[in-house]
Amino acid sequence: MINVLKSIVLGSTIAAALAGSVSAASLTVGFSQIGSESGWRAAETSVTKQQAEKRGVDLKFADAQQKQENQIKAIRGFIAQGVDAILVAPVVATGWEAVLQEAKDADIPVMLLDRGIDGSPDLYMTMVASDQVLEGKVAGEWLVKEAAGKECNVVELQGTTGSSPAINRKKGFEEAIAGTPTVKIIRSQTGDFTRAKGKEVMEGFLKAENGGKNICALYAHNDDMAVGAIQAIKEAGLKPGTDIKVVSIDAVPDIFKAMADGEANATVELTPNMAGPAFDALEKFKADGTLPPKQIITESKLYTQADDPMKVYEEKKGLGY
Amino acid sequence: MRKFMPGLRKAAPQLVSLGVILFFNWLAFPGFFDLRIQDGRLFGSLIDVLNRGAPVAILAIGMTAVIASKGVDLSVGAVMAMAGAVAATMTVAGHPPPIVLLSALAVGVACGLLNGLLVAVLELQPIVATLILMVAGRGIAQLITEGVIVTFNDPGLIFVGTGAFLDLPMPVVLAAALALLAVLVVRRTALGMLIESIGVNRSASTYAGINSRLLIIIVYAFSGFCAALAGIIAAADIRGADANNAGLWLELDAILAVVIGGTSLLGGRFSILMSVLGAIIIQAMNTGILISGFPPEYNLVVKACVIILILLAQSASLGGVAWLPRRIPAAKSKEA
Repeated sequence: MINVLKSIVLGSTIAAALAGSVSAASLTVGFSQIGSESGWRAAETSVTKQQAEKRGVDLKFADAQQKQENQIKAIRGFIAQGVDAILVAPVVATGWEAVLQEAKDADIPVMLLDRGIDGSPDLYMTMVASDQVLEGKVAGEWLVKEAAGKECNVVELQGTTGSSPAINRKKGFEEAIAGTPTVKIIRSQTGDFTRAKGKEVMEGFLKAENGGKNICALYAHNDDMAVGAIQAIKEAGLKPGTDIKVVSIDAVPDIFKAMADGEANATVELTPNMAGPAFDALEKFKADGTLPPKQIITESKLYTQADDPMKVYEEKKGLGY
Repeated sequence: MRKFMPGLRKAAPQLVSLGVILFFNWLAFPGFFDLRIQDGRLFGSLIDVLNRGAPVAILAIGMTAVIASKGVDLSVGAVMAMAGAVAATMTVAGHPPPIVLLSALAVGVACGLLNGLLVAVLELQPIVATLILMVAGRGIAQLITEGVIVTFNDPGLIFVGTGAFLDLPMPVVLAAALALLAVLVVRRTALGMLIESIGVNRSASTYAGINSRLLIIIVYAFSGFCAALAGIIAAADIRGADANNAGLWLELDAILAVVIGGTSLLGGRFSILMSVLGAIIIQAMNTGILISGFPPEYNLVVKACVIILILLAQSASLGGVAWLPRRIPAAKSKEA
């Protein structure tokens, strides 16, 4: 145990020495997290803690339990403690002007994780987020390549109607397949981002499309709906992953299990590591004052069955998804 | 047979509504009535309607008894989530299916007993009393699953959600068995009449010697039992307990099924079979919307319009002028 600690300390010292003149170990960062609304959120929290530990950052964590007033209180607390930076995953988009102005007056940089806010961009240093349109695009491009010029009818399971990931992931996918007339969406319905609805809607699609024989691929706006739909495909006597290709977004552990079993084909990762790029930007800023861009886009990585899904599953399982 | 004729006539608006919805489903998708055997169970859209409608039908059976006693149970969706969470976590912990099922059902009954005590003994308004568990229950379910979707692979538990008996999906079999059993118990004994009597006038019933306190506790416990059964089915269906979404807003669907079935929200006369019919009508509409190919933005608007039409078709004041065959005048005057 002591050896492990020693190597961590040693490792981070070396990393800090390599990173630049300033030692990251001296940084104290406050992190106001929304709460535990989803598995992804829990994974984001544990990855943030891991990242802080790896870099020797002293992370002060505050769980807001889905309430903005708790986040404002936490941020005020961080300001009073004189932290070096504040990370916020804002629960809502509005009402941040006053408290972020206080942070600005105290010269504490604020970084937004995953979600943006309405208000002047001067109030924060940068926002780390994924590009939801790109996520849909990566999924679509994979399918176009996979179809290889052959006719491919796609059914789409949308997220909650009107939510921004549903709108953007649909848009990105449609952009990606726009130039390929052989790949087209024949049915599209909302599955509310849940397994149960994903399964129910897929059952409907399968019946309406000649028992699923007209369907070449399923595109689901999140993995949970895909997991539900996979069960529906199996119950209809078809092989998911072979008879009907399955591509979805998020990269939660369970989809890797399905990929290992050959029942899902690809997923696009919404990385829970939003804090890593934020810490990178912060270290650079502390070292030589370089201001990061206002928006840092995280990578939308594509995973397929070729990427050793069982190994990724084991890695992700412990993150609290 | 003649004995059943008045019942059929009374159910005419609902049966006509169901027929019209099924007709539109058939127009939208000509293969709607196709059935075949797939992996030892019937497979087809019609079976989907029954299978997907089963959890709400089961909720509606319990809800009918509660509403007949002039109450309402808003907690059924949250109890579903709790029962599912208990079943999944216990299965993952390695307990055998019979113990898992009994424990999950026991959780539902315990929740129902709590609701019943709040309503019958502490005399809280039912809507408030059950609202407590509606809010807290989902939180407890999230505590049990620790915020993640707990997945399981136990064939015994999965059978409850996706197995088949006599070619019919298990949820349909369970819902039908529960409905028949409930009808037998309330109609072959005086129980149904006693519940109706409490619903019409609780203090008069108490003065007449009915143990209204005990009966109210029993109907809420029964509703909790039904909710737990629906929750186990929902979890077994997706092989996982999703505490955030399992049973979400289903309490409203269950109440709607009871209302479509013609049971008054003011308590009194009720019909369990009509509530089940109501649940099937709701699901026939949902399945129809899913296969119609409408953009999802229209789902809720279409649903709302259809439900308004169904309720209008049943309304007594429209009955005289509507084109629908209404109750025979003699029965009407007798009721008035």
